[in-house]
Amino acid sequence: MNSSALTIMLLAQVTITCFTVYFFFTVLRTPDKGEDDFPPGP
Amino acid sequence: MSTNKQEWGSRVGLILAMAGNAVGLGNFLRFPVQAVQNGGGAFIIPYLVCFLLMGIPLLLIEWSMGRFGGRFGNHSTPYILDTMAKGRLWKYFGVFGIFTNIAVAAYYCYIESWTMSYVFHSIGGTFSGKSQAEVAGFFNDYVDIGVSTTGIPYEAVIFYIFCLCLNTWILSRGLSGVEKVAKIGMPLLILFAVFLAIKGLTLGTSGATPEHPTASAIDGLNFLWTPQFDSLTNPKVWLAAAGQIFFTLSVGMGTIHCYAAYMRSKQDIALNGVSAGFMNEFVEVVLGASIVIPIAAGYLGIAWVQENAGFGMAFQTMPYLFQQWGPILAVVAGVFWFGLLFFAGITSSLAMGTPWMGFMKDEFGWQQKKGAISFGIIVLILGLPTVFFYNYGVFDEYDYWAGTVSLVVFALLETVLFSWIFGMTKGWHEINLGADIKLPIILKHIIKWVTPTLLLFVFIGSVITPKGNDWAGAFSRLGSEGWTLDNSSLIKQLSNAGIKEEIATIQNPATIPALQQEADAIRASMEAETDLKEKAKYQVKLDKKLGSIATVSDPGHLEILNKKLTYIPFARFMLLGLFIGIAVLVYVAYNIRVKQGRNTP
Repeated sequence: MNSSALTIMLLAQVTITCFTVYFFFTVLRTPDKGEDDFPPGP
Repeated sequence: MSTNKQEWGSRVGLILAMAGNAVGLGNFLRFPVQAVQNGGGAFIIPYLVCFLLMGIPLLLIEWSMGRFGGRFGNHSTPYILDTMAKGRLWKYFGVFGIFTNIAVAAYYCYIESWTMSYVFHSIGGTFSGKSQAEVAGFFNDYVDIGVSTTGIPYEAVIFYIFCLCLNTWILSRGLSGVEKVAKIGMPLLILFAVFLAIKGLTLGTSGATPEHPTASAIDGLNFLWTPQFDSLTNPKVWLAAAGQIFFTLSVGMGTIHCYAAYMRSKQDIALNGVSAGFMNEFVEVVLGASIVIPIAAGYLGIAWVQENAGFGMAFQTMPYLFQQWGPILAVVAGVFWFGLLFFAGITSSLAMGTPWMGFMKDEFGWQQKKGAISFGIIVLILGLPTVFFYNYGVFDEYDYWAGTVSLVVFALLETVLFSWIFGMTKGWHEINLGADIKLPIILKHIIKWVTPTLLLFVFIGSVITPKGNDWAGAFSRLGSEGWTLDNSSLIKQLSNAGIKEEIATIQNPATIPALQQEADAIRASMEAETDLKEKAKYQVKLDKKLGSIATVSDPGHLEILNKKLTYIPFARFMLLGLFIGIAVLVYVAYNIRVKQGRNTP
């Protein structure tokens, strides 16, 4: 691959992978709010 | 009648279902083609800018609108919108959020049924030993329901109905069924895609043959990723990037609202929404870009890809390419490829069923089974014309009006409602309620100003697309020649200008001699060329030109075009009928609400 194509590809793919993994693991590490608080409809 | 008490079983299930809703066939087929046609590696810059300025804001808007509506017992867009604004009209704008899903499901389930059928054919070795032309011909036979590829009469119809029944059955099990499919389907989809992407990235020049001596997967990757920074000044590239972000995230459909309406009222939407959005981007940019283009270029050469890159490659070309990997890997790759497309499809089509079911349960008390079966029946009635009259433009017409125009219109309307009528103060509070991450305040201003402006550009861009999609040229010629519309613009689409132009071209006796002359010129250039790669480019161009001559000379093609002029208004009539039908139901529901004293403020 030519260097400019390789640079753009790696930059885009690594950035997106890092963000995806970071957000997904943050979801897994953050406890969900437990309460079930549906208020009645209007 | 607000007794819709379903909710998501787990947070991961919700995110996978949302990501599954967004991840569709376009992630693997549309994105690489758009990138190739719009500046290669430089496309990623406007693409990511649009993801941040339009994609993420729209996701946050729809997630928060859905959760807000769910708090008042509303699980579909007509009454979610109604809850958010005064005025009787908004609920009718919300009709888009049910209409689009049913209309898109009608043809989307047909594509989904192709993937099921192709898994079956891959296992059965149908494509074994077939030439590229024979594999492409197989697809044409498959969609021509008069021809049976297996001996089973009306095979395409049977697979379509089976696919619809499967969707209906899963939907009848409620959110837990949808969540289960997402939890199984999404990891499998990623696993299959990783396998194929590794094959695509490591293919190199091993696929070169005497027939395609210059074939190289590396050329495909270079073609896809080499930046052409001058293309950044072209409005066409920005519009294409905005359009891709828009369609890939499944925004403007009403499905995100519906899924979010089943969340608890203080459950996080900021982290969940961003996480689901990035998961879609991972599948698209990392996996989607590493399969079709490199594999096709690896066996057929980059010149072929440049001329033929498009949706049809998935079914007409990929099975042939997999055959080059030997009998066992061909079956594995076929099952993985069509399997991943199937999971991408079903996680989206299930999402399309939920707004209708939510609406009928909220307003008329229909239980899951009744809602799912009614959805299946409506989709079947609307979808059968796409199966029977696929070649006569019904499929494309549904895709254009329901799968393209409606999305942009609805997204624009909901953004205006959220930012300007509901108001950004309340809107920003709603987005941040229960948030597990801190969103930058600049997003508030982006949602109010930038997102609607971008959407407006996308909409106007589709209405007045200039000839050849050449925006820079159109502006420079505006003073001298005026604005010439392209046949793909909404205005020209309405009058079927493209089809009429094609008929006129075929009927013109000078067309074939002119095409012959062009073919001869290409042949002469090819024969004079010594560079193998350039020679291959001329060969692909010549093949394409000869294909055009064959099409123009075929009297059957003219007949198909004339039939299109009959079937397209029929398709529009069906879509209009569906929209009006849903609007009537919304009106009836409103009267019931008034009688019961539960009309929204």
